[in-house]
Amino acid sequence: MDAAVPILRRRRALQARVGDLLGHWVTAMCAAVVVAITVLIAYELWSSSAMARRLFGFAFLFEQHWDPVAGRFGAAPFVYGTLVTSALALLFAVPLGLGAAIFLAELAPPRLSRSLGLGVELLAGVPSVIYGLVGLAVLVPIMREWVEPGLQAIAGFLPLFSGPIYGVGYLTAGLVLAAMVLPFIVSVGREVLLAVPRDQREAALALGATRWETIAHVVVPYARVGLLGGIMLALGRALGETMAVTMVIGSRPEIALSLFAPGHSMAAVIANEFTEAADELYLQALVEIGLVLFGVTMAVNGLARLMIARIRRAGGGR
Amino acid sequence: MRRLILAVLMSVAAIGATACGGGGPEQTRPMSRQPLTINGAGATFPYPIYSKWFDEYHKRHPDVQINYQSIGSGGGIRQLLAGTIDFGATDSPMTDEQLAKATSQVLHFPTVLGAIVPSYNLPDVTQPLNFTGAALAGVFLGTVKKWSDRTIATANPGVNLPSSDIVVVHRSDGSGTTFVWTDFLSKVSGEWKSRAGAGTAVSWPVGLGGKGNEGVAGLIKQTPNSVGYVELVYAVQNNLPYGLVQNPTGEFVKADANTVTAAAASVAASIPDDYRVSITNASGKGAYPVASFTWLLIPVKMGDRTKAETMRDFLSWMLTDGQKMAADLTYAPLPPDLVARERETIARIETGT
Repeated sequence: MDAAVPILRRRRALQARVGDLLGHWVTAMCAAVVVAITVLIAYELWSSSAMARRLFGFAFLFEQHWDPVAGRFGAAPFVYGTLVTSALALLFAVPLGLGAAIFLAELAPPRLSRSLGLGVELLAGVPSVIYGLVGLAVLVPIMREWVEPGLQAIAGFLPLFSGPIYGVGYLTAGLVLAAMVLPFIVSVGREVLLAVPRDQREAALALGATRWETIAHVVVPYARVGLLGGIMLALGRALGETMAVTMVIGSRPEIALSLFAPGHSMAAVIANEFTEAADELYLQALVEIGLVLFGVTMAVNGLARLMIARIRRAGGGR
Repeated sequence: MRRLILAVLMSVAAIGATACGGGGPEQTRPMSRQPLTINGAGATFPYPIYSKWFDEYHKRHPDVQINYQSIGSGGGIRQLLAGTIDFGATDSPMTDEQLAKATSQVLHFPTVLGAIVPSYNLPDVTQPLNFTGAALAGVFLGTVKKWSDRTIATANPGVNLPSSDIVVVHRSDGSGTTFVWTDFLSKVSGEWKSRAGAGTAVSWPVGLGGKGNEGVAGLIKQTPNSVGYVELVYAVQNNLPYGLVQNPTGEFVKADANTVTAAAASVAASIPDDYRVSITNASGKGAYPVASFTWLLIPVKMGDRTKAETMRDFLSWMLTDGQKMAADLTYAPLPPDLVARERETIARIETGT
């Protein structure tokens, strides 16, 4: 009886260790699959564009012509379009999204906050083609008849608001993207703000801060890394969005300073032209665009991580 | 270190798994007694009539199942060359370069005809406009900038054309429709030929891009004073206004099943034996000039005797009974003498192995 206890104990310890080990390996495998998929995609993009990369070299990134008939291919207009539309999307969506998140988390009555939160999540679930269709059917005429002529009348001397007005173009694509990424910023922001510990707020209030001062100086700074995370998620979606952008950007592979001008994006040109690209070089050029998109996404994510790391080091927050 | 090794092992395993999954058509090939499955892929333009044909053929031969995926002409050609499908379909004939890559000789079989029409949004113009080839080329080159331009106006006496700027709309996706349209423009305009040329996607001198026929139609409907090109089938089904196009004899012709078939008939005598021919700008009387065949791509060696025999049988059915279904779906049927020639070509599909 006395001898049995340590044996039992040892067996239990062994079981526990096997369980730990199993758990460790199973989850490690899951993580490895994620990495492997990324590596495979990169490898496939790299190897399937070998001929185009050799032929065009680095000039591919700066070449502005896209002429499948003549076999001249350049990524510049598409990179430009992707970056400009994504930047516009964040420009509109970040202030709006953060404002909404702060209201939902801090100011709205809990019941209203919950139902509005549900609405936001519904918005995130709408397929992108719907955003594109609504953009084309509703937003484009409004932009063409009201918004763009109005902007031109006020600030037409700026190159940004010059040129002919079509309704489709960078600005419209940026707005549609903003609507699409807004739910990410709002719902992540709301969760992050709600997770700020109660005592932080109470301490600020106890020191005599008003409600707004508490939010602006305590809650939001405390949550800023999480808020940035939501914005990064939004940016990721904006960079890769295909269908909605395709429908409202005008599909013109040309770099134009005017936000009213039709443009193009990397994801859109791949989706548009891949199916009918029978010529080998043409196909490879499209794959290379994919590779560039992969690289741009990586670079933007890397920059974002650097930014978050710096903010963390600068003190405060989680 | 251990983690790194693990990651590498996992990637190797993942690569192995994808490699094993690449056996495509072999797996779907029937066992001796199971129904025969033939897989094809390609052009989207003829998809409605092809799915109708394969469905009707299946009703008549329950033991044969022909699957068709409308993944686009380019995809169809690529998959055919890669040997992952039994037959392909395309809206623009394969190039010599592509044919040279095929392991077995590939036959082109014209199946039906389609037409492309210029559609526009001019609220105050009620009668169909007349377009000369030069006018269309000028508009799409950006040299004809206004609707009231003389190149358009002279072909439309009595029509009150606005002096507003023309907004050009084209396809943003690669498409057989674009190929036919730009092929026509290349034939009627030397400047177009040298500046843009003909292809499934080209470098457009001016204009906005819409994805698919519906995208182009959507932009045209949305944008006053715009003009674009869509498939006739699409324009008819959606009640879009479309113009008449002048053919080389000087006539302005409205696109319909008769005028499109007439275009094919007018060049029938000069169609080469491999049927790879463009019939745009056909000069016969009453011939609509922006028309094209769409082709099935059948390898001479299908690698399987029953498949080859079935394909032969399907093709001869398609050329007889199948043609009668074309008009209902607003495709133009093949001219009779071409049908007769194609029936002879069927025999080139090898059934002995």
